[in-house]
Amino acid sequence: MDLMSLTAVELGKKIASGEVSVIEATKAALSRIKQLDMDYNCFVTVDEEGALAQAEIVQKKIDAGELNGPLAGVPVAIKDNMCVNGMLTTCSSKILSNFKPTYTADAVLRLQEAGAVIIGKTNMDEFAMGSTTETSYYGETKNPWNINCVPGGSSGGSAAAVAAEEVPYALGSDTGGSIRQPAAFCGVTGIKPTYGRVSRYGLIAYGSSLDQIGPLAKDVTDCATILEIISTHDSKDSTSVDRNDTDFTSALVDDVKGLKIGIPKDYFGEGIDADVKEQVMAAARTLEEKGAVVEEFDLSLVEYAIPAYYIIASAEASSNLERFDGVKYGYRTEEFTDLHNMYKKTRSEGFGPEVKRRIMLGSFVLSSGYYDAYYIKALRTKALIKQAFDKAFEKYDVILGPVAPTTALKLGESLSDPLKMYLGDIYTVSVNLAGLPGISLPCGSDRNGMPVGMQLLGKPFDEKTIIRAGYAFERTREYQRPAALTERGL
Amino acid sequence: MTITDETIEYVGILAKLELSEEEKEQAKKDMSDMLAYVGKLNELDTDGVEPMSHTFDVHNVFREDVVTNGDDRENMILNAPERKDGCYKVPKTFD
Amino acid sequence: MSKAYETVIGLEVHVELATKTKIFCGCSTAFGGAPNTHTCPVCTGMPGSLPVLNKGVVEKAVAVGLATNCTITTDCKFDRKNYFYPDNPQNYQISQLYYPICRNGKIEIETEGKKKWIGIHEIHMEEDAGKLVHDSYDDSSLVDFNRSGVPLIEIVSEPDMRSAEEVIAYLDKLRLIIQYLGASDCKLNEGSMRADVNLSIREVGAEQFGTRTEMKNLNSFKAIARAIENERERQIDLLEEGKEVIQETRRWDDTKGYSYAMRSKEDAQDYRYFPDPDLVPIRISEEWLEEIRAKQPELRAEKQERYKKEYDIPDYDIDIITASKRMADVFEETIALGAAPKKVSNWLMVETMRLLKEHEKEADEISFSAANLAKLIQLVETRAINGTVAKEVFEKIFAEDIDPEQYVEEHGLKTVNDEGALRKTIEEVIAANPQSVEDYRNGKEKAIGFLVGQTMKAMKGKADPGMVNQMLKELL
Repeated sequence: MDLMSLTAVELGKKIASGEVSVIEATKAALSRIKQLDMDYNCFVTVDEEGALAQAEIVQKKIDAGELNGPLAGVPVAIKDNMCVNGMLTTCSSKILSNFKPTYTADAVLRLQEAGAVIIGKTNMDEFAMGSTTETSYYGETKNPWNINCVPGGSSGGSAAAVAAEEVPYALGSDTGGSIRQPAAFCGVTGIKPTYGRVSRYGLIAYGSSLDQIGPLAKDVTDCATILEIISTHDSKDSTSVDRNDTDFTSALVDDVKGLKIGIPKDYFGEGIDADVKEQVMAAARTLEEKGAVVEEFDLSLVEYAIPAYYIIASAEASSNLERFDGVKYGYRTEEFTDLHNMYKKTRSEGFGPEVKRRIMLGSFVLSSGYYDAYYIKALRTKALIKQAFDKAFEKYDVILGPVAPTTALKLGESLSDPLKMYLGDIYTVSVNLAGLPGISLPCGSDRNGMPVGMQLLGKPFDEKTIIRAGYAFERTREYQRPAALTERGL
Repeated sequence: MTITDETIEYVGILAKLELSEEEKEQAKKDMSDMLAYVGKLNELDTDGVEPMSHTFDVHNVFREDVVTNGDDRENMILNAPERKDGCYKVPKTFD
Repeated sequence: MSKAYETVIGLEVHVELATKTKIFCGCSTAFGGAPNTHTCPVCTGMPGSLPVLNKGVVEKAVAVGLATNCTITTDCKFDRKNYFYPDNPQNYQISQLYYPICRNGKIEIETEGKKKWIGIHEIHMEEDAGKLVHDSYDDSSLVDFNRSGVPLIEIVSEPDMRSAEEVIAYLDKLRLIIQYLGASDCKLNEGSMRADVNLSIREVGAEQFGTRTEMKNLNSFKAIARAIENERERQIDLLEEGKEVIQETRRWDDTKGYSYAMRSKEDAQDYRYFPDPDLVPIRISEEWLEEIRAKQPELRAEKQERYKKEYDIPDYDIDIITASKRMADVFEETIALGAAPKKVSNWLMVETMRLLKEHEKEADEISFSAANLAKLIQLVETRAINGTVAKEVFEKIFAEDIDPEQYVEEHGLKTVNDEGALRKTIEEVIAANPQSVEDYRNGKEKAIGFLVGQTMKAMKGKADPGMVNQMLKELL
């Protein structure tokens, strides 16, 4: 049995008991990556030397009794938009192709303190802009279930690395579905926490008011365990909240009796794949059979979430990405005539088409004469969407729906039509606009054997309820690893 | 709304992006499509709705006025494409 | 025949707040560090870094707002101002556009005996930029981010001023208020206070404002006055020639005595302000406001009133002394060390003012300590040194803040109180100057002055002139 087929918590137990050493676990991850990553391209950077050195240190601390947490010694992969001191951090962009931060993202620091061994940095859509991991400067990541399909995005490298059993778990970030959708496409579990739950310090911003870091792993138990570690109040992030309800593993209870679950009818209308609809509805019935009260309702405004999201996210991105100018770090163009020419050439050569598209849109909607019509209008829409969720949560404990209208698309299918790609985010973006927590977990597969994911949405800071519901559902089915892995004899 | 060459040129100045002719044509189309699509929001009556810039009612997050940072220049400046005398070097710039 | 024009002026004044750390990070604001040694990921715009607001900045901004009769915005926010420039590390400046912290204030100024209120449109908080140094050796520029993120307030006046005199009076008043609050040292020449002048002209009696220009790079009161005069004339010339004034930003070159437009195709001046999602709103409660109000130090007017009650010194002296927070501080500290108010006031009004003028310095730049002035006054009081010596010693105190007791001792400047020695010297002087002696005896009172001088000279200045005078009269 390969150590990487275990969940993070299972591997942590073996390490704690001394059955497996940290070095063994680290080497297992490294050898899996060597074996598979040529095919899947989940990683931008693999830090073999650093990981092995870290493994030695962690093992000593475990032996000395200084580290005894559930994930001590377990290898992890970090999405390449989180800074790790001294480690290449690219956001999968040419413009940061040589950037080594002098600081570490707070969420990563928390994992390091808990004894995590960082294996490397995972591939993503450039600056997290995309839903397929095809916009990466370092080539697309492929879906371990079918290498002709995308893994989803933007945390596609993290989701695929977990599905391919290259690492037991990974961190991703979610601005408009970037944890939940690749988790669904790759058949793994991911949580997008409430905005403010996890510090954004060291996360290279895309849409600052929407971005949240969260876990991707094989099951709900892993995700709850990871989230418990990375959720802390950070004085370096003004939007990080100070709360004492972060004991998420206490919610790993197989009980949904009386839980009120609302299903937005609007999530099952036009555009949804029949198989996706069927599997998600079946999941709802399963929860109902376990004692939950399931009811359909009208969650209005669903169609307005995407336009509002793209205005807000692009506007913030246009500003957040201004700092990439060839002055302080990163790529600078070779030849230039003057300062502004240097700026323009550096940025035009350093950013890919999707990033440029969103910067242009964002700069436009903020520009003189358009600010009220687009940006302020989007902020008002956001307020209405939040109100609609608040109203729904007066009635329901959890909202259940699909993560995406389809299963993983074929490579190259969505890039030609950006608008079509954006429409795929219809069920995920409103959660970011309203700041809510959401968990994405596998609930079946389509006619082609590709995984289908469902998401459970909760009230602000009520991750525990969606963890409990997800855990209860998960009890009813076995973890499905990609059939392709088994076929390859892995 | 239709996006003109002038608009693309102007936004390029704001965003410091220099697009090739081909990219400009594409950008015109993409932006027109996108703006037509987001125009959907005009269907919504948002009169009297406060624009929501911050989702949760969190306020007054402060630092105390105490020096906490030391000098990490030598480390930080290693990332600079060009540096000189402890400074970041840029093309000649007038104030 | 040229028409009569009125100048309309509004000011945008930037003031660096005297906090220990920058507005959004824990880096020191101290001057004089080697380039980029007071920087961190936040103030160099490193990706993933986030700003956290310095509470002291809010309190100082509110203090200035209260002292300038502003309404404090109870819910205020920060916005991003987007523009590319190498001294602006994020290529956006965190500032306030939509909800500035203070609004609708006013301060009273006085010019040529006439009092007038100048309105303050708003005060907002923002971060300073870094510094660009031109490197002529290889024709490039170098960026130092030590000043990047130093807290600023921008005080925007209403277009209420009509002359350079009013502008200077307004700036002076503002400077004093802020210095008294301890919110900034407000040094124009060091850049901790900077003023941009918005100026337009209109025919006398017209109601509409003319098109205004914004003048930057004004580093002294003199430069401001010159730039105002120059810009007024430039605009009048344009109108007289039938041309239009263009709304633009101009840069003043004080050595050449003219301004030029700062225009570039790449500066669209479209800042795309929007609320900064990385910072949360500020809510200023009535309690917090009360707390800041209670901590508000004595301002100039209150100080003047108190001096009038407590010290027997002329109003004119009070005005001069309180015209500089630094001088008022030295005054009060010296008195606290036991010196008589009248004596302290004299040293400040006469010798200090003389030396400041001689060295072309402002009263704010007084660098000597109250302790050494107090010691000097004590030395004079006890007649340990005479007035002439005291003036000499004070020059050393003024320049180098030396300890006068030690200095007098080391240089043997103590007054000789030995009557025998003095009598002997005087007898010698009388013997050596028979003409003057005769003149005096013939009723030329003035001649004794010469003899006193000769005696003092012979005593190398270390005699008490009063005593010399008295003894001379006796001996003659």
